[in-house]
Amino acid sequence: MTDIELQPAPASMTRGSVRKAPENFLTQADIRAIQTGGAGAGRRGFLRDVFAAALAGGAATQALAQPAAATGEGDPAILKLPRHSTSLGQPVAAHPYGQPSQYEGNVQRRQSPGLTQTNQASVSFAPIQSLFGIVTPNGLHFERHHQGWWDIDPQQHRFMVNGLVKSPKVFTMDELMRLPAVSRFHFIECGANTGMNWGNVAVPTAQYTHGMLSCCEYTGVPLITLLEMAGADLKKGKFILAEGADGSSMTRTIPIELVKSGEVLVAWGQNGEMLRPENGYPLRLVVPGMQGVSWVKYLRRVELGDQPWATKDEAVHYIDLMPDGQHRQYTSIQECKSVISTPSGGQVLLATGFYNITGLAWSGRGKIKRVDVSVDGGRNWRSARLEAPVLDKCLTRFNIDWVWDGKPAIVQSRAMDETGYVQPSYKQLRAVRGSRSIYHNNAIQSWLVQENGEVKNVQLA
Amino acid sequence: MSSLRDALAAGLLAAALALPAWAQGKFPNIGRDATPAEVAAWDIDVRPDLQGLPAGSGSVDDGQDLWEARCATCHGIFGESNAVFNPLVGGTSADDIKSGHVANLQRPDYPGRTTFMKLPTVSTLWDYIRRAMPWDNPKSLSTNEVYAATAYLLHLADIVPADFVLSDKNMAEVQQKLPNRKGMTTQHALWPGNEFGAGKLKPDTQASACMKDCGGAPTISSELPAHARNVWGNLREQNRTVGPQRGADTTRPEGKLGDAAGPVKVVGPAGEDSPHARAIALTQQLGCTGCHNMQGKLVGPSFADIAQKYAGKTDYLQSKIRAGGSGVWGDTPMPPQDAPAADIKLIAEWLAAGGGK
Repeated sequence: MTDIELQPAPASMTRGSVRKAPENFLTQADIRAIQTGGAGAGRRGFLRDVFAAALAGGAATQALAQPAAATGEGDPAILKLPRHSTSLGQPVAAHPYGQPSQYEGNVQRRQSPGLTQTNQASVSFAPIQSLFGIVTPNGLHFERHHQGWWDIDPQQHRFMVNGLVKSPKVFTMDELMRLPAVSRFHFIECGANTGMNWGNVAVPTAQYTHGMLSCCEYTGVPLITLLEMAGADLKKGKFILAEGADGSSMTRTIPIELVKSGEVLVAWGQNGEMLRPENGYPLRLVVPGMQGVSWVKYLRRVELGDQPWATKDEAVHYIDLMPDGQHRQYTSIQECKSVISTPSGGQVLLATGFYNITGLAWSGRGKIKRVDVSVDGGRNWRSARLEAPVLDKCLTRFNIDWVWDGKPAIVQSRAMDETGYVQPSYKQLRAVRGSRSIYHNNAIQSWLVQENGEVKNVQLA
Repeated sequence: MSSLRDALAAGLLAAALALPAWAQGKFPNIGRDATPAEVAAWDIDVRPDLQGLPAGSGSVDDGQDLWEARCATCHGIFGESNAVFNPLVGGTSADDIKSGHVANLQRPDYPGRTTFMKLPTVSTLWDYIRRAMPWDNPKSLSTNEVYAATAYLLHLADIVPADFVLSDKNMAEVQQKLPNRKGMTTQHALWPGNEFGAGKLKPDTQASACMKDCGGAPTISSELPAHARNVWGNLREQNRTVGPQRGADTTRPEGKLGDAAGPVKVVGPAGEDSPHARAIALTQQLGCTGCHNMQGKLVGPSFADIAQKYAGKTDYLQSKIRAGGSGVWGDTPMPPQDAPAADIKLIAEWLAAGGGK
């Protein structure tokens, strides 16, 4: 773990932290090092670093007290040139695949404690409260595994098409990647995303309420191309079964209508690189608008058939319990939904004044048409700016100006898609579906901004 | 010779021309025909109409023996355990078997939903056991063992008697006795095709986009209780350290406006720069974490408890991981670990050194 508060870090690493007095920086080991290190640049350099760190620390204390104005001659962050301006930096390709700044270490996928009893049949949430734009970095794409993830050798991976086809076919990765590929941006959302909020508030941050959500540019070949190559009977064939190669051999039924439209992809690319192992390397299905479980990972087989399969995850899980005790089966579309990511639960606003409220909106039925934002718990609404691009079955970023006067505020967003569907409130959703379901909760999210700046996840009566 | 070669060539050409368009298509030399054996190896799915079900059978008795050896660790002897996965059996009645609807699904006060409260089709259960069970060794059961395990579960759920033998011949009949066989509907707007014949059903919520003076004054009906403030760890460490806001320091009571502007700890990816990161990663890769948690008992003891008990005993831990065994922490056996010796050594060293990050 990196804990830069507790280490005698060089000046360039202190980032305005409040530091203790300089003598406290010197552990016994440091003192020994100085005493035995001899004269010369090394020793002087060490001392200079330590005292520069202390100086920066003192300056930061002042800056906190008076954040907006420079005191005395000005801001030491400007007046005193830091090491990164006065010495030699890192060489190229020091990290051949690259990695985020050390200061971004808090932005990572997380598990929600107590949600699952094993780590292999579990989920990790994307930190949507800290992301910009619409693209999820591959290392932060949410994970959902049913029997643990694998890093499968692509040379050994095979893909099969069978069922109502003239001739079952087998493809290698080399062969699939020779075909004309398409690349499209789409969101993927787990059917259980926001499921912990169905009955009442149960988690604190946007990461845990809405983080089973990601959006990437996926690259692959339309499944219809591969079915046609096998001589598919698209009159008798009404459904396909997609099957994974991992231990669970995850299986899901998908309507032939979506396949025929060409939007279902057999994909290997994600944001310009190959899929990550956690996301199904080397091959997964991309089923735009449908819940994540249908985007079968480690895809090994697609079967064309005339009946649905009622597999475990479409007969026991991913079914929606209605108040009358009936379950809705094969519920798959992720309906129009939105969430404000900044400010959001578990955060603290630092001061009053101007803020850009921003968030994400999406619909499994098409493009986002409009997003409205309320800061008074849904009494009055203003339409937000939609940031380009606005794409089909894809995340759309929205922004709206807000001057916070320091009084309690309840911020909400309400999205509308191109079919005219309007995101419902909890009251409206529960009036139809009750509150005992797990899946497909697309209700309007409320964040309470308190007078002390702390933001909380709340639900309204 | 040459005439033979010509004849062969002509024959091949004729064969090529005789191929229907779909075989050659737009993308020559990409993909090949699957052999029947290849299709049989992978095409293991079973549908509710029992297409794909292989011939075979298994008795409740055989199922019970199999269950105790291979399944009870995670699911309990009677399919009732809630330790690793949700209970499989319970919550259904003889009346449910008659009606095909599970009455408890209408009760908001009923504490849980077992597999048999939801299951509409036996094929679903059979298919899943065959493809994915046992959890740590999927697809290792024979066809007859899958029948036996399914038969035992059906007996636990009071659907078949103790002397029952389940087979491909009687599965359709058994399917007609499932307590929740009529508990599913496809009449909703969340299926993206028209394959179920539901037509164009409208979405079930029809909200409107009111803009001014909508509803009454908002009343908060639900928020996290104060004691849950730090349950998810310090939210300060789960947010960016720069920008218009910080994460709330949930290790402390709420402060005043501006209190959060101080230093923020950067935690970095868990364990990434720890000397034992490789060992911790191995416990996941080798499947150890299926049964062992860092803290707290799962199927087996926690790594923390093991580390405490065997501090400094690298050699003992290595041999134990390699050989497996049972009895020290309870009756549940630990399977032998078939991993490279160097990997096992790393894990043993990590545990012997305290099992920390």
